[in-house]
Amino acid sequence: MTDQSDRRINRRSVLAGGTAALLPLTVKADPLVVPDWSRVPGARLTPYGQPSPREALTTRSVAPLFGDIAPGIEAAFTPLERLEGVITPNGLHFARTHGGVPDIDPSQHRLLVHGKVGRNLTFSMEALARYPLVTRTCFIECSGNSFQHSLSQPRQMELGLTHGLFSTAEWTGVPLSILLEEAQIDPSATWLLAEGADSDAMSRSLPVAKAVKDCFVALYQNGERLRPEQGYPIRLIVPGWQGNLHIKWLRRLKAMDGPSHTRDETSRYSLLMSDGTAREFPFEMPVKSLIARPSYGQTLPGSGRYEISGLAWTGSGRIDGVEISIDGGKSWVSTRLDATPQEYIPVRFRYSWTWNGRPTILQSRARDTQGNLQPSHAQWKALYHPTQRFHCNAIQSWSIDEEGEIENVFL
Amino acid sequence: MSSSKAVVILCLLALPAWAAGPNLGVPVSPNDIKAWDIDIAPNGDGLPPGRGNAIQGADLYAQACRSCHGKTGQAGAADELVGGVGSLATPDAERTAGSFWPYAPKLFDYIRRAMPWDHPGSLSNDQVYAVTAWILAQNGIIAPDTVMDSDRLPKVRMPNRGGFFVEPRDRY
Repeated sequence: MTDQSDRRINRRSVLAGGTAALLPLTVKADPLVVPDWSRVPGARLTPYGQPSPREALTTRSVAPLFGDIAPGIEAAFTPLERLEGVITPNGLHFARTHGGVPDIDPSQHRLLVHGKVGRNLTFSMEALARYPLVTRTCFIECSGNSFQHSLSQPRQMELGLTHGLFSTAEWTGVPLSILLEEAQIDPSATWLLAEGADSDAMSRSLPVAKAVKDCFVALYQNGERLRPEQGYPIRLIVPGWQGNLHIKWLRRLKAMDGPSHTRDETSRYSLLMSDGTAREFPFEMPVKSLIARPSYGQTLPGSGRYEISGLAWTGSGRIDGVEISIDGGKSWVSTRLDATPQEYIPVRFRYSWTWNGRPTILQSRARDTQGNLQPSHAQWKALYHPTQRFHCNAIQSWSIDEEGEIENVFL
Repeated sequence: MSSSKAVVILCLLALPAWAAGPNLGVPVSPNDIKAWDIDIAPNGDGLPPGRGNAIQGADLYAQACRSCHGKTGQAGAADELVGGVGSLATPDAERTAGSFWPYAPKLFDYIRRAMPWDHPGSLSNDQVYAVTAWILAQNGIIAPDTVMDSDRLPKVRMPNRGGFFVEPRDRY
């Protein structure tokens, strides 16, 4: 068998010359053999298919945010650097809990709609499943996603740990407009309080205008019933808005004539500006893009042709374009998008890049149809208080050294 | 069009808007939703009967809250409750319940719904008023002997009450 390391050195030296992708005729692939797995019948099928054990590294990182004192306050980060396309597998969808994952019996769970309505109504889960359903693909991004990116010094960690409180799924559920109409919502009701059945009773205020425009009570995620970590049996979907608004384990919607100013919308998910005032209800998640490949933890084995690939999304309109820089921001070029951008659906961008083997910095920046452009790290920091951690959509920069090692840097 | 068809169409048009769904919601009386209707409005609407002051709250805080939030409401493993008043515009801004929260009744709301973390809902309304009073007094916002109840808690003006703004695009 040919020695692996010899072959790689040989290949690198050729690619460094700049003639991409042509291997010298002296390098030959090993002779093909029929392996053992083709010689005997394989394993039996299982009722619920699982990923290959050989992909065991494709998991979420789970962080207990308060250690042992409150073990159910956690964040699970989607491994964005290991995934392709835009849909997140259900078991890898990010999650953030404030009071653990409740074990809800759907036959006993109810959704209550009350407050400024003509009649208070409860809905069983069985009843909700009989309503006209809508299906929509949309991202959910935790308002605290990318908090590591808001610090003054860059952290060296995989993309998923820095930006992985972000996932995308196809959700199916009952439009809020139908349920609110059935309860005869009062015209004076301009806000809803949405509340979960977890021990924290997570609650957020949601404008009725958004609720009836495109929000729904989801029962299904990527075709199957919601998983407990995602709100089983029902969660709220508020397309494009702060992840925290997508109340899991939804039990209550109360119609009100103003916002409730809950603890999470004032003290948590408001934005502290550089002057010490705080912007409340910054609902839409700002335009963002990330290069997933290459990114920290991966190594370029040598100069040559690589595909740069990443994700872009916005809570304001649609993605209007994604550019990348292969020279640390001196120049920008357009990327190829996998699909025509649609509202609330992230888009995968790609760019075919030939690395000359010299140190450089890769960046991506997205703009949306509302005219928002992703800011540089310095621009974002200048807007907010130094302690502000949430809603960070600053450009991510990957520095590549001559060995092909990748480092997170701030520009 | 036959007259019977026309009658059917007229009937459909006459149905109320909620006919868009199968109309499976079950009416529930105001009395039967009390256990769930727990939110307190920023102006204090929804506050229950009961009362307590910071002196009573101190003992309770030591039993139920101190292990996570620290002896004085500072420097615990969990969120800081005390201090930082006036610090928000400085580089060392401390966002605590005292320095940052805009509405005092929401302290009652949050403590009653979610605290103590491992036994939420275990405190009586008197106890929630007392712990709320302790946090306010520890921040110097009220005196230790001031009793908090459904009348007085909404009248407490939090230091950062005017510190929030809403951008035009976020107005609904």
